[in-house]
Amino acid sequence: MLIAVLSGFILAFIMAFTGRWFKGKLSLLLSSVPVLLFLYFLQYSSTVAQGETLLFSYTWVPSMDIDFVFYLDGLSLLFSLLITGIGSLVFIYTAAYMKNHEYLDRFFAYLGMFMASMLGVVLSDNVVTLFIFWELTSISSFFLIGFKNESAESRKSALQALVITGLGGLFLLGAAALLGQITQSYSIQEMLQSGISIESSPLYGIVLLLIFVAAFTKSAQFPFHFWLPGAMTAPTPVSTYLHSATMVKAGIYLLARMSPLLGGQPAWSLTLMIFGGITMLYAAFHAIYRTDLKAILAYSTVSALGILVFLIGMGTEKSLLAASLFILVHALYKASLFLVAGTIDHEAGTRNLDQLGGLRKVLMPLAIAGLLAAISNAGIPPTIGFVGKDLIYEATLGTDSTLWLFTLVALITNILLLAAGFLAGIKPFTGPMPDALKDTHAAPVLMWLPPLLLAVLGLALGLYPAMIEGFTRAVHSSLLGSTSTAHLALWHGFNLVLLLSLVTLALGVTLYMVIRPSAERLAKVERFEKFSPKFILNGLGAAGTFFARAITSLLQNGYLRYYVFTIISFLTLLMAYKIISGVNLYIDYSRLSILSAKEIIIFSIMLASILFAIFTNSRLAAVASMGIMGYSICLLFVFFSAPDLAMTQFAIDTLTVILFVLVLYHLPKYLVLSETGIRLRDAALSITFGLFMTITIIEVLNEPVDKITSAYYAENAYKLAKGKNIVNVILVDFRGIDTMIEITVLAISAVGVFGLLKSKVNENPLKE
Amino acid sequence: MKSIILKTGSDYLLPLLIMFSIFILLRGHYLPGGGFVGGLIASIAFVLHFFANSLENTKNIIRIHPGLLIPVGLVFALFSAIIPLFLDQAVMTAQWMHEPLPVIGMVGTALLFDIGVYLVVLGVTLTIIFTISETM
Repeated sequence: MLIAVLSGFILAFIMAFTGRWFKGKLSLLLSSVPVLLFLYFLQYSSTVAQGETLLFSYTWVPSMDIDFVFYLDGLSLLFSLLITGIGSLVFIYTAAYMKNHEYLDRFFAYLGMFMASMLGVVLSDNVVTLFIFWELTSISSFFLIGFKNESAESRKSALQALVITGLGGLFLLGAAALLGQITQSYSIQEMLQSGISIESSPLYGIVLLLIFVAAFTKSAQFPFHFWLPGAMTAPTPVSTYLHSATMVKAGIYLLARMSPLLGGQPAWSLTLMIFGGITMLYAAFHAIYRTDLKAILAYSTVSALGILVFLIGMGTEKSLLAASLFILVHALYKASLFLVAGTIDHEAGTRNLDQLGGLRKVLMPLAIAGLLAAISNAGIPPTIGFVGKDLIYEATLGTDSTLWLFTLVALITNILLLAAGFLAGIKPFTGPMPDALKDTHAAPVLMWLPPLLLAVLGLALGLYPAMIEGFTRAVHSSLLGSTSTAHLALWHGFNLVLLLSLVTLALGVTLYMVIRPSAERLAKVERFEKFSPKFILNGLGAAGTFFARAITSLLQNGYLRYYVFTIISFLTLLMAYKIISGVNLYIDYSRLSILSAKEIIIFSIMLASILFAIFTNSRLAAVASMGIMGYSICLLFVFFSAPDLAMTQFAIDTLTVILFVLVLYHLPKYLVLSETGIRLRDAALSITFGLFMTITIIEVLNEPVDKITSAYYAENAYKLAKGKNIVNVILVDFRGIDTMIEITVLAISAVGVFGLLKSKVNENPLKE
Repeated sequence: MKSIILKTGSDYLLPLLIMFSIFILLRGHYLPGGGFVGGLIASIAFVLHFFANSLENTKNIIRIHPGLLIPVGLVFALFSAIIPLFLDQAVMTAQWMHEPLPVIGMVGTALLFDIGVYLVVLGVTLTIIFTISETM
């Protein structure tokens, strides 16, 4: 299981070295990874459909209660199958869509990373690992959205998506920490079973807020929805995979997973229903005004996500069932529509609805896929979309109070979405073909087969809903937190729900006939952008940049001497504050050893080298005498039996002097002395700092020393880590992670030095 | 800085110092030493050679760009950290061979980690010093 989850990362890692082999025809071979994963997860479907759940655990950091625990129930299996299933089709599609692209290998590596992170999100039972994978999806999607990195717009959208979803990630971490604090466990299943009522905790409100922000940012809910349409600058396979079927559903997944744990309270359901309701209406209205195929799909996706949030918020048995099914239904038709749009773009060279029409003549199989997906989206029988839409109406009708309002909101949204789906799936293929499209080629089989498969699956599941009944029941049970007895059927008889479906259909088709998206109408809608959350957030971003620039030019003016002066002055003030608040200057002479001759000699050398460094006229001589100072300290370490420290300090001092010499060698030979006033000021500061430092050290000596830690290391170095050199054992074993981070920081600094010196940038950007 | 004595001396010192640095690296787990110090000593060996001869000569000896050692070292360290994961143990749990190897002694993932540190330190120091002396 661990290997299954991490295989995407392994794939990405291998691609880093063997990528050039996979740029040509072999790229299709990479699809075997998601296909095999899909089969792997499929084998669990019958077990899970019978209501069983599986738990796989692997130790990771047991000391902090963070382990890889993968929990497989209906919900996580549904998502895993979507991720790997649609992932397989997207991999196959990409091989044709981006054929012979220069960086195709890189693209597959990103896709693999993303797939693995997404699997991690939906399978993790531990909220901390859930958070880690959640952040990894944000990071890998940043690379995918910004894949066309030569385009400024693409970079901007990628950054916007990263900022918004990354922000949400931080909120998720907060929620994870608080949940862990309330329930004393990081495992979601243990939280559920422990029976600790989170609602009664004073932190409940904060946890809710954190979870909501995390889910709303990821799933593009109002007011964070704008990154999703922006992210449409990504290549189409990315839009299909991330922005319709998987990543944007991570927020939905989080809400669904937390629903049995946190749901049931008015604060939970009201917030979700209000935000979901606003999002679904707002985005559906926006969808039908767009002329770009992908923009239509993006807004209708936001709207569909709003419906899911709304349903989860409602929290009744029926609404959760509707949500369970709608996740699948939406993924099937929306991924299909996205792929159709991508193929049209690829073959006809445009995605603008104004210029598209009559493509059925050349892209027949694709037209069928578009049509099937559009009717599944519209909820026309006998597709699975019809079953899904029926359940939504049943759910809204089933609520006791203000039932007409919910039903009305759902009705309007569905009408708008139906029109949007027809615009995207049917309109490009109908009507007369404009002259500009006459030389459109037929699409290769790999570019129409994946969307057709998805669309046909939508039809097949509609005809035989019994096929997924057990499975949907398992998903429903995960959402309910108890066993479900739901029943799926295509035909429910003549009732109010059917009437609503007919009304939706009639009005939606009428709307589709009437509406003619055009550039002028789009411009009208976009005038309202000034009030949109996107505009406000961009303003905040600009203000932040301005503030950062002001602070930077104040503190970092480019003169090293001022930096040192600022740092030392600040430290001196800090210590002065501490000293004023009271010190205990007491030296216990009995505890000090008698000065030996060698120590006196070393101190004299030190003193001499300091004085020489201060008064010499040559820079090189000053640096060399500082080196002598360093060596003297090494000698002290040797006498006080710290050979490791001495060795390291010795080497470091040597290298520091060499570095200085390398740089100073090229400066003018004679030191221009500073003015007397400045020298006196520096001297005063140095003496004060030194004095305060001495006082602080005497203070430290008076503190009782806690020997528990060092005793532990001394005792266990050989026992636990098989080493006799405690310093080394601490570095490579007890505190190995610290060392790992330190060498990473070292590596980053080397890259920094290399980049700064090698790039020939002479202009100071701050002075522009 | 062209001194015949230093130049001749550095030719003999370079292999000696590098062997010494490896010796320091290997004994680290039981006696004073370790990857960090070892890496520093190795870089001093190359820097000494570069001072006595010229940057081109030293670069010809190393052949690869020293910066390449950094990712290699990081991968070594990372591997030592994730190996236990595949043996169903927590990350960074040290794994040891049962019998000591001749000359080297007991070998475990801690040594792998230390080799990683050694390579990163060597790569970082040489990259910084070479870059500075090239651009100045």
